[in-house]
Amino acid sequence: MFRRLPDPAGRIPFDFEGEPFEARAGDSVAAALLANRVLTFRTTPVSGAPRGPWCLIGNCHECLVEIDGEPNRQACMVEVRAGMRVRRQRGARVVPD
Amino acid sequence: MCRREYDVVVIGAGLVGAAVAYGLARAGQRVALLDEDDATYRASRGNFGLVWVQGKGVGRPEYALWSRASSERWFALADALSEDCGLSPSYLRPGGVSVALSEDELGDLDAKLAGLRHAAGTAAYDYEILDSARVRELLPACGPEVAGGAYTPYDGHANPLKLMCGLHASLVARGADYVTGARVEDIRPLPGGGLEVHSRRGRIAGGKLVIAAGHGSKALAAQVGLDVPVYPEHGQILVTERTGSWLGFPTLGVRQTDEGSLLLGGSQAERGFDASAHARTSRDIALRALRTFPCLGSLRIVRTWGALRVMTPDGFPIYDRSRTHPGAFVFTCHSGVTLAANHAFEASRWVVDDRIPEEMACFAADRFDVPQAA
Ligand SMILES: Cc1cc2nc3c(=O)[nH]c(=O)nc-3n(C[C@H](O)[C@H](O)[C@H](O)COP(=O)(O)OP(=O)(O)OC[C@H]3O[C@@H](n4cnc5c(N)ncnc54)[C@H](O)[C@@H]3O)c2cc1C
Repeated sequence: MFRRLPDPAGRIPFDFEGEPFEARAGDSVAAALLANRVLTFRTTPVSGAPRGPWCLIGNCHECLVEIDGEPNRQACMVEVRAGMRVRRQRGARVVPD
Repeated sequence: MCRREYDVVVIGAGLVGAAVAYGLARAGQRVALLDEDDATYRASRGNFGLVWVQGKGVGRPEYALWSRASSERWFALADALSEDCGLSPSYLRPGGVSVALSEDELGDLDAKLAGLRHAAGTAAYDYEILDSARVRELLPACGPEVAGGAYTPYDGHANPLKLMCGLHASLVARGADYVTGARVEDIRPLPGGGLEVHSRRGRIAGGKLVIAAGHGSKALAAQVGLDVPVYPEHGQILVTERTGSWLGFPTLGVRQTDEGSLLLGGSQAERGFDASAHARTSRDIALRALRTFPCLGSLRIVRTWGALRVMTPDGFPIYDRSRTHPGAFVFTCHSGVTLAANHAFEASRWVVDDRIPEEMACFAADRFDVPQAA
């Protein structure tokens, strides 16, 4: 559904839901996941409905994922780094005591 | 819009005007609800969403009873809106907690609530002063600085945006006309009774008129001979990312919404008509919230805004009827979420009956008329 512009930038390996994925240098986590045909980034805390990126500029909070163990990160606002571990944000995060 | 006949024209579609208009539409009145443009000050779109009774009414027991009656009626309001438009305002009334961060604060809470109980007389006033152990039973997330608190069973909270949306949708479903972009400039009595307003959308006539225009009420009320000395009081709110449910009771400064966000608030400042959000205010709000619930420190703030309360000099509502312009009413208050159920079910009836009941006379605007010293 998304096709990359021809671009010689380097490949960056990262991990999504335990699977190896590839991004391009400079990708946001959201761009990298979309380019890998991932559409469901999270499920909502209220109804459990599946959601994915909408605004891609940090406003809508639809693209929340867990990054390296940290919940509710906005995938569109974080640049992919090599070895990053990304998971779907499933429902509400828990508050540590 | 051309000139039309209505039973009642309501000016201002914030929580106060919308609630009264909804009640009027339910009573079978032909209603026009007029509102200004999106760029106006609207307390109804920036508030904290508490239906709060605790501590209110010091020096005016009628206000304590009025607030409490509304928190009871809120169940009926939530049901009525759900039925009329399918959108529930998510009202919950688990009771509310004021948290004390020192023995002094705890003493103040105790004295205030004892005074309110005394003033309530036979109406009784249920509350519990919470010691350091008991407050942690109710709110296990309290930090080490929390000295205690106070609990009253009358307090609750709702989703204020769903309330606004639900009122607007429900009053339209019941046949009222909701007109935006209709800033009212002039109010004129009509020969033979009734009033006519001149708005940006044309002239609109009604048998009666309700001025519920928030900060716009002062100028409009003056046209019907009433002095309504409302002024803006700044409040600010911080919203965190959503989390699983962990805060079982709303508190004055922190509550968790039905959808999981934490709202942090409670600031009060006088800055005139400046509704911007200030960094220092955010810091103060966040610091107190963190001292109360340290676990908030792990959460991101995702939104911050300022809004202007519609405040009166003594903090109590104004409910009045014009003596120079028969059929014209002015309603305003600083707790329009809390009082929404009273406005829908009670205040609307005063308009239909064309009289404000005797027991509400203490809320007339002339209480602010100070005789000039010689
Ligand atoms: C930060 C903050 C927190 C709050 N927290 C709570 C809370 O927890 N619980 C609670 O009960 N209350 C709370 N409130 C108060 C509550 O929001 C207000 O009491 C309520 O929204 C007031 O509603 P209103 O309809 O009087 O005013 P507004 O919402 O200001 O509405 C007035 C409307 O009148 C319109 N208008 C003005 N002039 C004209 C004109 N000439 N012609 C046509 N239309 C006009 C405006 O466009 C506006 O839409 C809070 C307020 C603030 C600011």
